[in-house]
Amino acid sequence: MARVELMDFDRALELFEPVIGLEVHVELNTATKMFSPAPNPANDANHGAEPNTLVTPVCLGLPGSLPVVNGEAVRKSISLGLALGCEIAPSSRFARKNYFYPDLAKNYQISQYDEPIAFDGEVEVELENGRVFRVPIERAHMEEDAGKLTHVGGSTGRIQGAEYSLVDYNRAGVPLVEIVTRPVVGAEADAPALARAYVSTIRDIALSLGISEARMERGNLRCDANVSLRPRGQEQFGTRTETKNVNSFRSIERAVRYEIQRQAAILAAGGIITQETRHWHEDTGSTSPGRPKSDADDYRYFPEPDLLPVVPSAELIEELRAALPEAPAARRRRLKQEWGFSDDEFQIVANSGMLNELAATVAAGATPAAARKWWTGEIARLANAADRDASSLVSPTHVAELAQLVEAGTLTDRLARQVLEGVVAGEGSPQEIVDARGLAVVSDDGALVAAIDEALAAQPDVLAKIRDGKVQAAGAVIGAVMKAMQGKADAARVRELVLERANAE
Amino acid sequence: MSEISAEQVAHLANLARIALTEEEIAHLTTELGQIMQAVEQVSRVATPDVPPTSHPIPLQNVFRDDVVGDNVLTVEQALSGAPEHDGGRFVVSAILGEEQ
Repeated sequence: MARVELMDFDRALELFEPVIGLEVHVELNTATKMFSPAPNPANDANHGAEPNTLVTPVCLGLPGSLPVVNGEAVRKSISLGLALGCEIAPSSRFARKNYFYPDLAKNYQISQYDEPIAFDGEVEVELENGRVFRVPIERAHMEEDAGKLTHVGGSTGRIQGAEYSLVDYNRAGVPLVEIVTRPVVGAEADAPALARAYVSTIRDIALSLGISEARMERGNLRCDANVSLRPRGQEQFGTRTETKNVNSFRSIERAVRYEIQRQAAILAAGGIITQETRHWHEDTGSTSPGRPKSDADDYRYFPEPDLLPVVPSAELIEELRAALPEAPAARRRRLKQEWGFSDDEFQIVANSGMLNELAATVAAGATPAAARKWWTGEIARLANAADRDASSLVSPTHVAELAQLVEAGTLTDRLARQVLEGVVAGEGSPQEIVDARGLAVVSDDGALVAAIDEALAAQPDVLAKIRDGKVQAAGAVIGAVMKAMQGKADAARVRELVLERANAE
Repeated sequence: MSEISAEQVAHLANLARIALTEEEIAHLTTELGQIMQAVEQVSRVATPDVPPTSHPIPLQNVFRDDVVGDNVLTVEQALSGAPEHDGGRFVVSAILGEEQ
């Protein structure tokens, strides 16, 4: 492959203005597929099914099979459209997008073309640096997902030189909503971060609506990033490329940044950008050219003759609108105020992606400060060490219980960390672990006093110093007592008692 | 008058994955040209007061409930018509570089 020149990012921005456009596919988590009553693999209950076990004749495009629209998928699509601030079309139609590729057995994808279910919206997106953008939405349309191909052969094949593909149609027909933005200008150096934050916001919206499992690693949420550059002072947009296969928030940011640098180098050298699909490679952090972008004409769209128009009633739209949850950006503002966090404190929580965990922990009875301390501190550390999602380690209820045990003085921070490790290891609830391991703080002064007297007797020089008023000398005794109590004592209480006992005699 | 060129026919054949000889392309160019002329006549009749029809029966909102049906196939049934399969999956010739 030819060596790819990249321009320094800051230099690229001096010469060119980046324009981005994002296409996000959201797999809906309905029980069944878009046009067939087959179980939907994008619903958690069916995740990981064996190949070709979630199919009906419709999913396989068998002759004579006919699609029927899943009403629940339409309702979820409308909810999503409303949450994106879109108008809902009084009448919308499905269309056939014709192409020959074995990921769909019928040689066309049922999509929407000139009459999408939702259009003209706007999404408020907050970047990690606190900057807020309004991203204009052109349309959100319903369609079906395609099957999954695994390429075998060539270098990896079992038959030398033979090349073939294996097809699993479980994903064929999964309900999808494709959300298309208008070109986004004005983000400048924040363009890569905006692309990332936008997709993250779509994920938050989908999760808050409960319409999708929205897990990028499972492909429930997929993003294609269009990037073009226009020379400073020029009105007309430059030629764009569409980068596919960007499957994590981090790669979206990296892919947009890479395309800006790559295109800038070509344009500055007098070259032209080819309008094409490019593939993102996570390992090398680069994109490579795919096929030239097909003309819409080549898909020969036409109205789907097997399906009838979708005409949602005004009552249904208003019912779904009334049921919408708070918008993510508004919710963040509200939580920040309710929790009394500083900008920095809140940004750390928001950027860690643990806002929902924190909210649930506070709802379960922890103070906001304690919830923040646990999630962004010890739990984040354990998650990092185990290379897992913090939310998969421990439930908000258990974190709240732990925080309350500390609040009540049953546990010290140190003991609470031990209990947390027990919870993560699956030993039970914090209270169960405290009971089972006998980890509670010794609050019986009698036991503490005995240990203190013993420690004072063992260190007469320290005792003398304390009596002379050198209070800081007490540290040595406190340490010895904490050790004797195996850490199960409240250090502040021990200190009080040490001073009391030393001066009592 | 509607025209279709031999290049357009060849392009359509390629999109439809149909291999055509030069003779077949010439033949189809004539035939498709005639079809297009017929369509053009219909277009002339369809004045702006005639709404386009995408479905002959004026129905709308035909939905099904989101419930798993009784026609879900077993993997054996799903693969029963496949010329070749492997590990529960259909085997097809590789068509690389054309992912949609």
